[in-house]
Amino acid sequence: METLLFWLLAVMALTAAVSMIIQRNPVHSALFLILTLLSLAGLFLLLSAHFLAVIQVIVYAGAIMVLFLFVIMLLDIRRTEAAPSRVKGQKTLGILLGLTFFLETILVLRSEDIRDLTAAIAVAPDPDFGTAVGLGRSLFTSYVFPLQLAAVLLFVALIGAIVLSKRRG
Amino acid sequence: MVPIANYLVLSAMLFLIGVMGVLFRRSALIIFMSIELMLNAVNLSFVAFARLWNEADGQLFVMFIFTVAAAEAAVGLAIVIALFRQRDSVDVDDVNLMKG
Amino acid sequence: MLHNLWLIPCLPLLGSLINGLWRRNLSETSAGSIACAAVGLSCLGAIMAFCELFSLSPPERSVEVVVYQWVTSGDFQAAMGFWLDPLSAVMLLVVTGVGLLIHIYSIGYMHGDAGFQRYFAYLNLFVFSMLLLVLGNNFLLMFLGWEGVGLCSYLLIGFWFTRQAAADAGKKAFIVNRVGDFGFILGVFLIFVSFGSLQFRDVFGSAAQQLVPGGAMATAIALLLLLGATGKSAQIPLYVWLPDAMEGPTPVSALIHAATMVTAGVYMISRCSVLYLLAPAAMAAVTLIGLLTALMAASIALVQTDIKRVLAYSTISQLGYMFVACGVGAFGAGIFHLVTHACFKALLFLGAGAVIHALDGEQDIRRMGGLKDQLPITYATFLVGSLAIAGIFPFAGFFSKDEILWAALTEGHFLLWLVAAIAAVMTSFYMFRLVFLVFHRQPRAGEAPLHPPHEAPALMRLPLLMLAGLSVVVGFIGIPIIEGAHLLRAYLEPVFTRYPLPLEALSQTSHRPGLEVVMLLISLALALGGIFMAQYLYLIDVTLPERLSTRFQWAYRVLLGKYFVDEFYNYLVIAPIKRVSAWLWAEVDVGIVDGTVNQAGAFVWRDSAWLSRVQSGFVRNYALSIFLGAVVVIGYLIIR
Repeated sequence: METLLFWLLAVMALTAAVSMIIQRNPVHSALFLILTLLSLAGLFLLLSAHFLAVIQVIVYAGAIMVLFLFVIMLLDIRRTEAAPSRVKGQKTLGILLGLTFFLETILVLRSEDIRDLTAAIAVAPDPDFGTAVGLGRSLFTSYVFPLQLAAVLLFVALIGAIVLSKRRG
Repeated sequence: MVPIANYLVLSAMLFLIGVMGVLFRRSALIIFMSIELMLNAVNLSFVAFARLWNEADGQLFVMFIFTVAAAEAAVGLAIVIALFRQRDSVDVDDVNLMKG
Repeated sequence: MLHNLWLIPCLPLLGSLINGLWRRNLSETSAGSIACAAVGLSCLGAIMAFCELFSLSPPERSVEVVVYQWVTSGDFQAAMGFWLDPLSAVMLLVVTGVGLLIHIYSIGYMHGDAGFQRYFAYLNLFVFSMLLLVLGNNFLLMFLGWEGVGLCSYLLIGFWFTRQAAADAGKKAFIVNRVGDFGFILGVFLIFVSFGSLQFRDVFGSAAQQLVPGGAMATAIALLLLLGATGKSAQIPLYVWLPDAMEGPTPVSALIHAATMVTAGVYMISRCSVLYLLAPAAMAAVTLIGLLTALMAASIALVQTDIKRVLAYSTISQLGYMFVACGVGAFGAGIFHLVTHACFKALLFLGAGAVIHALDGEQDIRRMGGLKDQLPITYATFLVGSLAIAGIFPFAGFFSKDEILWAALTEGHFLLWLVAAIAAVMTSFYMFRLVFLVFHRQPRAGEAPLHPPHEAPALMRLPLLMLAGLSVVVGFIGIPIIEGAHLLRAYLEPVFTRYPLPLEALSQTSHRPGLEVVMLLISLALALGGIFMAQYLYLIDVTLPERLSTRFQWAYRVLLGKYFVDEFYNYLVIAPIKRVSAWLWAEVDVGIVDGTVNQAGAFVWRDSAWLSRVQSGFVRNYALSIFLGAVVVIGYLIIR
């Protein structure tokens, strides 16, 4: 069962991702990205990260992508990139590097140290694992400082976004 | 049971797709979306490892990544808006004043 | 004074520093006074030292005062020490005495010159260097003074350096001297190798043991030192700088190129008499060089038309006589002639300076004449000097030149005497040619000077008179024939017999009074003959010189062209060196050195052009490079 779900979600995620980057219309790209995010949310569930899955859907897919769509519609961007690229060497080197990166990933995962690690997970997690209660407990005790910093970061981003997008004059 | 390796390979491939999007697309918005994709791929990795080692800290880190991604998206889109107002285009190749 | 010997050289040094550093703040009077006071006090010190030395008994007359250890490097020691013995005492008196008179003269001669203070700074520096040379107790110190006088010679010859001829003459003097100094320093190296020390005491004391008489080392040392002496004392082959050196101010010519610097070579040979006596081959070389130079220079002087050039060649010739004396072993005679020559040659130069000064810079004797009545004192003193150099009794040159001729005959060879005698005839001839043309004959119509010449100022007349007086009396310190009357020889003898020598190296002075008187009279007759010949050619039958020069045109042109030695050197040495230098400049300096630097610059320029293309301005390229970096780092981590 789990295997089936995994493969389903994985294929869906990959397909949606690839479609995202090859769409001409930005709205289509955004929609495909939402699909990818939803697939990932499903994968989170498979990995017992319940809370995160929900947050992913609500915050990421629900808020951030909506923000993206708002901006696309605000700027009224239609089909883009009609003119050919002026940048030299980008495509070839990019593909080359991509392949190299993929190779490296395989090599890493095949290497001695990692191989046994990536065997099947046997042990069952704690009941609190991945729940809001469990995460909240850690967040507000060991990680309270990063929490505060994250709050400051959001605040700064808020101000920054307002300032940057103000009209001149 | 699915081996963690699968999740990691999937994460790597999603990441790679995100990188290709950043390198090969010219529209700023697509690039941003690709960056979001990259961040999500990393999230997947973290969650996988959290599950492997039974540590909730991995998931906690994902929370922070969410936060940062949100902040970054907000600010980045504000920049795109400002850029669009200047040049009436979101083609990043037009932003080449730093040449030389 | 004997314990404060260092004061004698250091006072002129102090004067030089003051005049040199505060050039612009000192008036002519102050600068001149400081310089003269410095040398004057030195002279006083020299007299005191001489008297104190004289008060000691003859075997004790050798005082060494070490001021401090200059070099202490392993086995090599060299001290800053001064050695006063009869030889250096005599030189001391000559240098400071004549130097003082010339300093006084210079105040008048250089009046109004823009570089007045600089002149006196250089002049004092010269006196310091010369005193160092004469008083030093080791070869290193002597070499220091040797180089110092060479430097001051350069500075003073090229004193009016804005004149191309003067600048060139200064360079020529320095470079030619350098060649000689090269020989000198090689000789010093050999001395150090043989003796392990450069102190005179050590070297001369152990010379007889360390060096094989007549052996290769002794001859090599003596010949190399001789090379240095020929440079400094203007003998063949390194005399070519002295005639050109007349570009300098006349008092400089008097001091440096007549009385003192050029005598350094003779002094050095006399000081190293021990070494020379151990190398008969070198002594022969000394004699030969001296003789040839004496003859050659005298012959050139016969036809020269510049008053200072005549005197310059005359100096070269007289120095040749001194070399002949040293070469046959009569070192005392050489020194005697050095002393008398200093007096009358300085006198002649200063007199020539007065004439030039009176005629506003005219130096060509063909344009002079009749100055006898207009410049009486100058004429009188010049005449005294000429009589002295010609060797007329009772003036100084008579005694000293005669002693050399006698030594050439008895300790040398009849041929030596003959050649020397011919040169003596030439000497009196060309000197009186000068006297008659400059002072006696009536100037031809149209050749009169622009405005009436005036007698020299008092500051210039005083030294002339004093030197004239000296030229008259100084000969009497060396009266020949009569036993015990030769004061100078007696005084100097301990110096030359101080150190032990193998018996065959010693020279024997023979004592044949009858022959000596005869030779004396012959010399006198020859000198007078020269005077009468000059009188005949230049006062009585005035067209004869021209007819002779046309008749013997080839000989005349060779003499006038100074045997074309300068041209020969130019062809053989100077032109090739210039070509090599030009080649080196073009290939090495411009091509390699400049080229390397320029290439480095071009390299940066070219490479930065294509390297800057990395900064394309496109964001995506930058993203690509970031990704590239990440891949590389991961790859490195994998491989590790």
